Amino acid sequence: MEGLNPFVVFFASIFTNNMILTNFLGMCSFIAVSGEIKTSLGLGQAVTFVLTFTTVLNYFIYHYVLVPLGLEYLRFIIFIISIAAFVQLVEMIVERYLPNLYYALGIFLPLITVNCAILGVSLFMVIRDYNMIVSLLFGLGSGIGWTLAIVALAGIRKRLKYAKVPKGLEGPGITIIITGLMALAFVGFSGIVQIQ
Amino acid sequence: MGTIIITVGAISGITGILAFLLTLAKNTIGNYGEVIININDDEDHVVDGGTTLLSALIDEKIFIPSACGGKGSCGYCKVKVNEGAGPILPTELGYLTPEDKKENVRLSCQVKVKNDFKIEIPEELFNVQEYEGKVSKIVDLTPTIKHLTFDLKEGEIDFKAGQYVQLRAPEYKGNDEEVYRAYSIASSPSKRDQLELIIGYVEEGIATTYVHHHLEEDEEVLFNGPYGDFFYQDTDREMVMVAIGTGMAPILSILYHMVENNINRKATFYFGARYLEDLFFVEELQEIEKKLPNFKFIPSLSRAKEDDNWTGEIGRVTDAIEKYMESGENKEAYLCGSPRMIDSTVELLKEKGMQEELIFYDKFE
Repeated sequence: MEGLNPFVVFFASIFTNNMILTNFLGMCSFIAVSGEIKTSLGLGQAVTFVLTFTTVLNYFIYHYVLVPLGLEYLRFIIFIISIAAFVQLVEMIVERYLPNLYYALGIFLPLITVNCAILGVSLFMVIRDYNMIVSLLFGLGSGIGWTLAIVALAGIRKRLKYAKVPKGLEGPGITIIITGLMALAFVGFSGIVQIQ
Repeated sequence: MGTIIITVGAISGITGILAFLLTLAKNTIGNYGEVIININDDEDHVVDGGTTLLSALIDEKIFIPSACGGKGSCGYCKVKVNEGAGPILPTELGYLTPEDKKENVRLSCQVKVKNDFKIEIPEELFNVQEYEGKVSKIVDLTPTIKHLTFDLKEGEIDFKAGQYVQLRAPEYKGNDEEVYRAYSIASSPSKRDQLELIIGYVEEGIATTYVHHHLEEDEEVLFNGPYGDFFYQDTDREMVMVAIGTGMAPILSILYHMVENNINRKATFYFGARYLEDLFFVEELQEIEKKLPNFKFIPSLSRAKEDDNWTGEIGRVTDAIEKYMESGENKEAYLCGSPRMIDSTVELLKEKGMQEELIFYDKFE
């Protein structure tokens, strides 16, 4: 992937290769925490932060520990461990120093540990052979894209309170349908840039 | 071989570094030091910060009811937190009613103690604990009522005469849910390592079926307590005690307490049963009559049979009260039994001039 423009990757990861809307990664918290715009924005920020830093962390672990030792096949378990530890660290920091964010997210913060978008970004980075700068921007962009998607969904769900949703589709059901429609809309961006 | 060592070494090394960092963070960032929980504007408890309020209180031997064990799924562990808890968490919302929110009621398993707290807990909860017991004796008192004695495996139970415990009925054949049911303690409060209960059989009752058909001597039981605001009042007024069926249990406890402490207040116990075979502990009560000269036991049968040769009172307890009690003034009453009996007795006692605040009752439902 020589000569890949980092900014192309950055914008692509927000719009055309959005983690949720084109890869369908990170769905559980996307659906569970999208009830309030404020809360989803908070979770989006947390995901962006964690994504950016775990991607860089995993970049260093992969290229400076696993590759020299010929242990690339261990990346799944190593990435999971490093993400889990990092999230726990972030949780402690948020709980102590950013109480308002902690109260808004509450129990959902540990959910990021098992947010597959985060593992997905680290693995894409390896599969697509990104360099450091590209990985950093790819992580940041994916986080922003995820935040954009969840805030948009929270906004739609807020309006949805006044809509007559069929009984059987209330809650997660209609949310998944809306996610599908949003994904269709995002397909419209795919002509702009393509990174896959 | 070399690969295995490198693999294990690499994973251990990375995990080890992360574990080190986390432990470091836990002891610096996650360390909230000691914080003070003030309970009911009275007692200060110093606890380690960073844990949930529920577990901090359990460490202080204060047991808040919780069925799910702190997972935030039962909503029983509500505690009034007046200061320190911060805004309501998303995980609590489903369990708090609008009144709860107004009253600062929180789920203690979700709220974390990170600074000094001011909380309110009902006094009676201080004493509530879980106990393991062993059935040491089961006696049939009547065809439908059993008298059970439990030995506590460890610890002592500190209760007031008249209070109750909750006995656990586990799952058994034909019952697939664990339930707790309340039973008044029939033994004296001075016997702290033993507990007696009087349990009647109720058709299809989960706990009573367990006690009457499944529980055997030497088996282990689990209960918690003591609970209840029906208990002996330390005054000089004349006492009127009224009970039917298993309602005798708390009255017995009160009487034992009086015997042991030589409390010779004027007291009359009206006990109602249907047939002679439903009367129990008559000799026991006559014994108490001898020890407490001012105490009188008046059993009354509502449907005495011909061959019972019953020479005592006939009719309901209210008939006996009507007959023997002239005025309710300056007397206090202890009623225990079915809601119907209690409602009609309260009515009668008020008619006789007894103050409503001096009528204490425990409705068995």
